Amino acid sequence: MTTATKIVTSKAPVKEVIKDASMLKQKEMMAAHYDRLTGAPETGAKVASTFVPGNLNELIMCFDLINNLPEVNAIQSGLRRVSGSYVLEAEKIGHSEDVCTYVKSDIGMMSKGNIAPNGKKFPNPDVLLLSYTGCFTFMKWFELLREQYKCETIMLHTPYMGDGKITKNMIDYMVKQLKDDVIPTLERVSGVKFDIDRLREYLKKSKKAEDDLVRVLQSAKTKPSPIDAYFGGIYYIGPIFGAFRGTDDAIDYYRFLRTEIEERLAKGQGPVTPDGDMGKEKYRLVVEGPPNYTSFRQFWKMFYDEGAVVVASSYTKVGGVYDFGFRHDPDNPLETLAEYCLGVYTNRSLPMRIDMLVNYINEYEADGLLINSIKSCNSFSAGQLLMMREVEKRTGKPAAFVESDLVDPRYFSAANIKNRLESYFQMIDQKRAGAAAAA
Amino acid sequence: MKTFVGIDLGSTTTKAVLLDEDRKVVGHGITNSRSNYATAARVASQEAHVDGQFTLFRRALTDAHAKIELDSFLGSLERAFRLEQFLEQLDDLEQTCLGQIQGERFSKLASGVKEALAEVFRRLRNEAPELYAPGAKRKSDFFRDIAGSRYHTHAEEVARAAGLPYDLLLNVYDKSIIEVENRPPAGELSDKFRRALGRVLATESSVKSAAPEIEKMIEGALAIDLEESYLVGTGYGRVTLPFSKEHIRSEILCHGLGAHMMYPQTRTVLDIGGQDTKGIQIDSSGIVANFQMNDRCAAGCGRYLGYIADEMNMGLHELGPLAMKSDRPARINSTCTVFAGAELRDRLSLGEKREDILAGLHRAIILRAISIISRSGGITNEFTFTGGVAKNEAAVRELRKVVKENYGDVTININPDSIYTGALGAAEFARRAYLGQPDGSEQ
Repeated sequence: MTTATKIVTSKAPVKEVIKDASMLKQKEMMAAHYDRLTGAPETGAKVASTFVPGNLNELIMCFDLINNLPEVNAIQSGLRRVSGSYVLEAEKIGHSEDVCTYVKSDIGMMSKGNIAPNGKKFPNPDVLLLSYTGCFTFMKWFELLREQYKCETIMLHTPYMGDGKITKNMIDYMVKQLKDDVIPTLERVSGVKFDIDRLREYLKKSKKAEDDLVRVLQSAKTKPSPIDAYFGGIYYIGPIFGAFRGTDDAIDYYRFLRTEIEERLAKGQGPVTPDGDMGKEKYRLVVEGPPNYTSFRQFWKMFYDEGAVVVASSYTKVGGVYDFGFRHDPDNPLETLAEYCLGVYTNRSLPMRIDMLVNYINEYEADGLLINSIKSCNSFSAGQLLMMREVEKRTGKPAAFVESDLVDPRYFSAANIKNRLESYFQMIDQKRAGAAAAA
Repeated sequence: MKTFVGIDLGSTTTKAVLLDEDRKVVGHGITNSRSNYATAARVASQEAHVDGQFTLFRRALTDAHAKIELDSFLGSLERAFRLEQFLEQLDDLEQTCLGQIQGERFSKLASGVKEALAEVFRRLRNEAPELYAPGAKRKSDFFRDIAGSRYHTHAEEVARAAGLPYDLLLNVYDKSIIEVENRPPAGELSDKFRRALGRVLATESSVKSAAPEIEKMIEGALAIDLEESYLVGTGYGRVTLPFSKEHIRSEILCHGLGAHMMYPQTRTVLDIGGQDTKGIQIDSSGIVANFQMNDRCAAGCGRYLGYIADEMNMGLHELGPLAMKSDRPARINSTCTVFAGAELRDRLSLGEKREDILAGLHRAIILRAISIISRSGGITNEFTFTGGVAKNEAAVRELRKVVKENYGDVTININPDSIYTGALGAAEFARRAYLGQPDGSEQ
């Protein structure tokens, strides 16, 4: 079921934006979350700030803490087109043009009153939980926040998967940190005693939602794909990458989403776009790298207008890789949290990322790889060209490279990106025609 | 005869190529893009048709073994044709100027202004043949540039003599030239060719004896209809044109294919255009395998040289020769167009020589281009350099050096018609589309 929502902005005329019923449901969930968060000073609830990769939501909930994700807040600012002014504000304070724009959007937002999407003030965090270190900027980000809020900071060190596998040593090392440092600190900050059975219950719920998410993501193996696994995928990962993993809300959302997608699948329908059902599927792509959030819809339109659908993406794995079998395991609660943190996409070595992308291209029968390289994200961008070459070599499929930024509107050049995308689509046409002629 | 047209709408110039059924280039045309791509496309296409007509003349006269000095004759014919075209546009300009004489400002002066205009245009017409005499140097080939400077000179004299305000005449011109420039010359091409031929036969004694034969051949060639069978547009302005999607190709694909047609062994193509630089890898059929280009910033592109030329108060084509005089290029790291002027003035004030600064700037552009190429996969034999900047000898010299330093001895191709590479590829896409061939296959 799809619904048209009227979006009114000050400049643009009234435009109908088509949304899935699942999107509307998610919107309600997010609104409720922001209300809970901004209502914390009144309810007395305590707040933990943490990041999407290595997000330990189940553990955080064990201490009745509300999960606040600065990255998600930056994304919200980007989508609502306010990040530009926040970034400028942060630069005014002294952060360089090259610094991660999630960080600058967050810092700028803080200095402009720290207002949440619901118009109310964000609460100050009671604890900063850094549970993933694959992106070293996160560490600096929390140092800045610690300076600002003077609150407790916990660092759970996640070893990098440099050798491409998780060893028992790694798990033991992380479990030890959880037991000796993370859990005791969270107990102290929250005043709630840790109950491992409570954690098991949450993990059980996580697993259920994860099963449904994987079914949704893998529906893209069908032709035509009923979903766009990048632009649409960003909505699909919202609840599970954020403050909802391990909740009944998440279970409901993913069951609902799965039913919705299965209906589309049965009817042989393609993805829903902001302009309604996508036309004929002409190109199937795998995308590596985060999207641009300030011109999200414009960027997406460049794909669906040409009949290009993204069938798999690495970005939708930054908050957990589930499609190769990992599920949260209630029988080994602390070990499973460790394994989850270790496995997130950005903690994987370049050869592992290449394997994943090659696998996606083959499994989802994609026409090639597109990289959206993010100006201010070294964590993602380093090595992307090498990855591209290797994936090209191993799949024989053409690849292309576009450049934009996360939430800095200054780095989105529509003409340039459109030019490259159109060239890429025509390149795929040429390759196909060449192959057909050779056959 | 069937022809296939490729039009490359660049940010600075618009180029057109006319291809015949044997994939042979029949004609080239170029014009300034004048931020009106629709007109630019029409003018460039018409110029390519004119050039195509000359190709047909040459073919006809060669086949007939006409006993004349062919190059000299065709040169005369072309000058005579340009003169005819110039006179035609002059008429158009005069009529348009007359149309401007209305309203209150002119209430008392109308008849005086009309007389003055008639005198100005009489003078312009009288001196026109000199502009197109053998060996005459014109500042530009664009009507606006040629007519404009002469109009100003004459209008000033005529206004003074008639006691009219000079700016009134200028104003009439300024309003009219935009209109005239935005419509391609309207007259029948074949009539202009006939009038041009008449001029040549009347004035050049060396061809008089062969006149009947020449007229027959030229008439024969004029009878051939250069039928536009299919058109493909490419370049930055492509989306603004009323072309349907099947008639548009990406300039990356067009440059790849165009370079392949010029040099079939080419595997790497560098194109430095007005506002972007592209590194393209192609396979043995000219199909693009990979590409990289500059992002939203046009640092180090052709437009950068344009700014430098303006800053130095020089013509764009004069930069290269001056830079060639340098034996100690300055070390310049920034190719930012915005800071180009500041960097330049700064260095001049430090006493650095103009040629050394320019040589350094050319090197900086090439270093940036090489970085884009290496991102696309490096240079493999052969390597082809295209785009407007390929005409700049100092840029070419630096490119040869830097390529050798990084990739050793590689064949570097630079075609005299390199500026038409994108349009050539587009014309070939047009030919393939007409034949119903899928884009990637050659046959």
